[in-house]
Amino acid sequence: MKTLQDSLVELIRRTSAELPDDVQRGILAALAQEQKGTIAQSAMQLIERNIALAKQKSQPICQDTGSILFYVEGPVGLDQIAFAETACAAVKLATQKGHLRQNSVDSLTGKNDGTNLGPGSPTLHFHQHRSPEVQVRLVLKGGGCENVGAQYSLPHEKLMADRDLAGCRKAILDAVWQAQGKGCGPGILGVCIGGDRATGYEYSKQQLLRRLDDRNPNPDLDRLEQDILHTANQLGIGPMGFGGRTTLLGVKACAANRLPASYFVSVSYMCWAYRRQGVTLGPSGEIQQWLY
Amino acid sequence: MTQLTAPFAESKIRALEVGDPVEITGVLFTGRDAVHKYLAQGGALPSGVNLRDGILYHCGPVVLKDEHGQWKVVAAGPTTSIREEPYQAQIIEQFGLRGVIGKGGMGERTLAACRAHGCAYLHAVGGAAQVLAECVRAVRNVYLLEKFGSPEAIWELEVERFPVVVTMDAHGGSLHREVLAASQAELAKRL
Repeated sequence: MKTLQDSLVELIRRTSAELPDDVQRGILAALAQEQKGTIAQSAMQLIERNIALAKQKSQPICQDTGSILFYVEGPVGLDQIAFAETACAAVKLATQKGHLRQNSVDSLTGKNDGTNLGPGSPTLHFHQHRSPEVQVRLVLKGGGCENVGAQYSLPHEKLMADRDLAGCRKAILDAVWQAQGKGCGPGILGVCIGGDRATGYEYSKQQLLRRLDDRNPNPDLDRLEQDILHTANQLGIGPMGFGGRTTLLGVKACAANRLPASYFVSVSYMCWAYRRQGVTLGPSGEIQQWLY
Repeated sequence: MTQLTAPFAESKIRALEVGDPVEITGVLFTGRDAVHKYLAQGGALPSGVNLRDGILYHCGPVVLKDEHGQWKVVAAGPTTSIREEPYQAQIIEQFGLRGVIGKGGMGERTLAACRAHGCAYLHAVGGAAQVLAECVRAVRNVYLLEKFGSPEAIWELEVERFPVVVTMDAHGGSLHREVLAASQAELAKRL
């Protein structure tokens, strides 16, 4: 378990301090888009400097090291209880080392015991697969972007949004407009059409495990993703809401079945500090490969 | 680039306009959700915290103690300010703030308080925790640490050339109001 714990601490450290390559490329492309001499361009320059500095100093890109979301895929028979205990120990240690902020507060008493452990923290999602491999993905999602997430129930009278893809488009663009710069744009949207209120948000977050440069294999969803990205970047909200050309870096959407009575559109907004990393673990829990 | 150095006199603040890039040198006090609620409900300012002609920073830093027992700021970017909208105007007036640093902008009540009392909203780049932590020269003190926990405590930070942009000035100007309206109009054309 010591090796697994070390691997998970390293996963947390690297996720907190280094953006994956696909996100870095997206940010560089966005920086090149902004007009010279604008405050949007200087914000993007500062972001670029910050990314390099965090990596060099091995310190958190953002002080809000966020909700700690583990996604674990493993074979039948993986001891999930032992894994969860080791993950908790790794989170506690990573907090002591300053890779994570003391970021978890008892909602009733307001107490922060400084460990990042408690009901719901960290969050672990386990999935079985028919392969002996164990893959662990981690997303650190800050509170600013989490707060601008939104869930719409269609039809939506005020938005004139019906229960179809055109209605979904209106809801998603409304979420982008409502967010303005409050979620630390340029942002990345994870979207789920359908599901219930809980699974809708859950699946929308899982979309954030996709690479920024991938394309949706479903042509309808792919068209929706490209359309939202293109349209959002014409709104002039820009980096940090300063005005400018890049409001979103990407849109990732999925669909889940729904009840006849329900039609939810759930939007999770991820900030530019899109901290997502993953590892494939070897038989003793050692890191074999980085996934992003 | 405007250099704003302590003391943060009202005249210096009133000279700032929306869109001005500014670098701040002097002392900042952090304060976020718990501090705003506490002060707005009549909580006493800890002795040693002087907000008059001061700048309040919406920030919950990552701070560690080094081997000599000294506090060291590891990461220190801004948090979203709009959550303090119910309290900010009162706190600007009551404590005589000259500046509020945060991200994402604030609403009409804060904007009116900036105008009435000579304060400005100074936008730092969200998520830029390392670049901003580099500007922190020293942690002078910490207050309410036990009560509120590290991210919500009041940290007294000495900063040098801390980069911000004025997005709400003391003349009633707000970049956030402008971008909100302009983006709404652009969105309407595309629905």
